Amino acid sequence: MHWNNLDDFLSMGGYWLYVWGSFLVTAACVVIEVVVLKHADTDTRRRLKRMQQWETE
Amino acid sequence: MNLYHFSSPSTFYHLAGRLTPWFGWGAALLTAVGLYISFFVAPTDFQQGEAYRIIFIHVPAAWMSMFIYLVMAFWGAIGLAFNTRLSFMLARALAPTGAMFTFVALWTGALWGKPMWGAWWVWDARLTSELILLFLYVGIIALWAAIDDVRRGDRAGALLTLIGAINVPIIYFSVKWWNTLHQGSSINLMKAPSMAKIMLWGMLIMAIAAWFYAIAVTFVRVRRMILERERQTEWVKAILDTQVEAS
Repeated sequence: MHWNNLDDFLSMGGYWLYVWGSFLVTAACVVIEVVVLKHADTDTRRRLKRMQQWETE
Repeated sequence: MNLYHFSSPSTFYHLAGRLTPWFGWGAALLTAVGLYISFFVAPTDFQQGEAYRIIFIHVPAAWMSMFIYLVMAFWGAIGLAFNTRLSFMLARALAPTGAMFTFVALWTGALWGKPMWGAWWVWDARLTSELILLFLYVGIIALWAAIDDVRRGDRAGALLTLIGAINVPIIYFSVKWWNTLHQGSSINLMKAPSMAKIMLWGMLIMAIAAWFYAIAVTFVRVRRMILERERQTEWVKAILDTQVEAS
């Protein structure tokens, strides 16, 4: 462990903008992809189910 | 084991469904280990200070951006050659994740470039060819979206993917073929890596995590496509009957 305290860790030797800008944007991309995918999956299943009901009626 | 068995959408749907949680949770676990190494185990770089930690995502993302494209091209070629439905669906399912990794590679590269080179962006061969890769991904996704006839769209997208595949070796070898500002590769199959072992391990674990993640999201996406395209079949109707009520 080479960080003396939390401030030291967050400042990343003065490169905080670049390091955290990289890691956080990547995390955001992953979270957005997973959330969008989950919604799309639920929507598709609901829509197909509705279509199926219409066809049987 | 008969691989043709798994090329049937119904078989693959169930197989992918069983494997997705393993790859998803595997990716989460590997990311946790990779991040721990990236921030708490790997030492400060003697030249780049803490800014070098960006490589723990930049390099795996750049690898994935190229690798996913090649896998897409492979499935596109298989689809064109054998007219297998699942191959085209896999190619389509891979594209958004490939585009995401390409964007991440470019973004993190810019954030590393600014403190190290003094520029967010330069038009050198490596950066420019990677940007072309992003445009290819976006172009292929747009082409698929623009063609209503699914099977025609599949073939057109596969053809464009195959033509664009020439860009991947250009990206990979650009640092050798041209005099680029971007450094040459630190990891090479032919020689020992020019970086500390623990840094290499951190990067490799993050790369495997990215693989697992890409497989998990691709499986979820391809399962959705299978349901959509096979909706007239009895097995999909049976799945919809049970699953929607449960959710």
